[in-house]
Amino acid sequence: MGAKGTSGVDRDSQFKKGDVIVRCRDVRMSYDGRPILKGVNLEVRKGETLVIMGGSGHGKSTMLRLMIGAEKPDSGTVELFGQDITKLSEQELYPIKKRFGVLFQSGALYNSMTVGENIALPLREHTDLDEKIISIIIKLKLELVGLRDFEHLVPSQLSGGMKKRVGLARAIALDPEIIFYDEPGAGLDPVMLAVIDELIMGLGEKLGVASIVVTHEMQSAFRIADRMVLMHGGLVLAEGTPEQIRTTTDPVVQQFIQGKAEGPIPLRLSSRDFAEDLLGG
Amino acid sequence: MRTVAALGRSGLEIFWFVLGCFRLFLDFLYWLLIGPLRGFRVRLHETARQAVRMGVNSIPIVFLVNFFVGVTLAVTVADILRIFGAIEYTASVMGVGFWRELSPLLTAIIMSGFAGASLAAEIGTMKVGEELMALEASALNPIRFLCVPRLLAVIVMVPIVTLLGNVFGIYGGYLVYYSMLDLTWAQFYDKMLDAMKVKDVWVGGMKSAIFGGIVGLVGLAQGLQVSGGAEGVGRATTNAVVYSIILIIVADCIMTVVLYF
Ligand SMILES: Nc1ncnc2c1ncn2[C@@H]1O[C@H](COP(=O)(O)OP(=O)(O)O)[C@@H](O)[C@H]1O
Ligand SMILES: [Mg+2]
Repeated sequence: MGAKGTSGVDRDSQFKKGDVIVRCRDVRMSYDGRPILKGVNLEVRKGETLVIMGGSGHGKSTMLRLMIGAEKPDSGTVELFGQDITKLSEQELYPIKKRFGVLFQSGALYNSMTVGENIALPLREHTDLDEKIISIIIKLKLELVGLRDFEHLVPSQLSGGMKKRVGLARAIALDPEIIFYDEPGAGLDPVMLAVIDELIMGLGEKLGVASIVVTHEMQSAFRIADRMVLMHGGLVLAEGTPEQIRTTTDPVVQQFIQGKAEGPIPLRLSSRDFAEDLLGG
Repeated sequence: MRTVAALGRSGLEIFWFVLGCFRLFLDFLYWLLIGPLRGFRVRLHETARQAVRMGVNSIPIVFLVNFFVGVTLAVTVADILRIFGAIEYTASVMGVGFWRELSPLLTAIIMSGFAGASLAAEIGTMKVGEELMALEASALNPIRFLCVPRLLAVIVMVPIVTLLGNVFGIYGGYLVYYSMLDLTWAQFYDKMLDAMKVKDVWVGGMKSAIFGGIVGLVGLAQGLQVSGGAEGVGRATTNAVVYSIILIIVADCIMTVVLYF
């Protein structure tokens, strides 16, 4: 099978690492009558890293918000660990939420708390662990992202990249089975980017954590992905292994992964004719 | 015509907003009363921390405002009562006026600036910074985690601060009284109690608790509905104060008419 034009589900992929733990079927979503997702199908297996690529404004963050249960789609199903979360109540969702971690685009640290308290919060709220153990876990997680000495700082004292790393430390505090990343590379220097990539890959290989990563960094995307999808115009335009994506002949995919201004992807999201718009048509 | 339309629009806006506050209040009651039965504890430590923060910050201003209004009211009332040779009843007016009306109202309006605005700004900033979504993603309900302690704190704190406001205001009145009549505090106090009923005390307390609820709900609801960055936070902060003051005054009028008219 090719990478091209496949918004479908199950296939013969060679990257079957385990059971499917995230499965989205025909997910549709619109904001104020404007369709953003027009029937997206995705699936992720245990221990697998799925990279979601796509132009800005093409619904990647929206897709993530649906997968973490922050919003409900207009139609379609979103299954996590075999349960359709679109049908669950808030409290029924809690046990599932404790099994995944999220790294938000901005890091989303709790600004009124120190770095250590940020990481401790899920542990204090959701486990009966002793404060001594929690403080050890904090140090372990911070060491993992290279910020062990920063435990007592508050977020406003950190740079953007450091906030992201703390956000990642917090996301893995409860040892999740899936981690969602929204543009983990944005605002990081190349070295830090490589460090985060290593982390994502390490978590997958060593602990069997599945990762769903929205990213624009092509180098990093091809480095970490077991499988990639390109979202375009509210649909999954292409899907496959990094190799399949790299060698696909689809001009849109090629334009995107090579980062060229010229090609079939229109610069503007507006469907109206520019001249018509100017003339007040 | 355009003014009428604008009035209608803002009236409708306030109506929807009040409805939103009411829903937030129901959520608050759920997490306060039913949540604990299902194993979701109320964060009492955080509640105490918030109460102290709100109370301590506002006390200097509550003192200034109530004290000066107390002085002003005493001078004004004494002028009129002098005509009827009843100047010593200034004490009665001060007592009833402050317990029942002035201190709850003045203090709540001050608190809408202190507590209400800061709640809107705090929660709004958290919304914009994806902190609320992060809480939800970690299976922590923002209403339970953030709003319940803050609302509880403000409902407890406003009556306490109002009580202090009473003391400051009446003391301001006493200073005027003393300079005119040379009466002791004890004599002033007796005259004050002459005209006061127990009802005035509990009505004052009840009013200030309700005003506290309004300040908290409006501030939190404004914060939660922020969209669109720092500009949205600024708008929410302003709206929190404006809507609180409007709702406090309307609620005050309704309660006074129902209870005393
Ligand atoms: N809460 C919202 N209300 C209205 N429109 C939204 C909202 N969130 C996202 N959108 C719109 O949905 C589209 C996709 O957004 P998003 O998923 O953030 O894109 P991406 O992450 O791919 O850049 C954008 O056009 C955006 O304006
Ligand atoms: Mg995005």
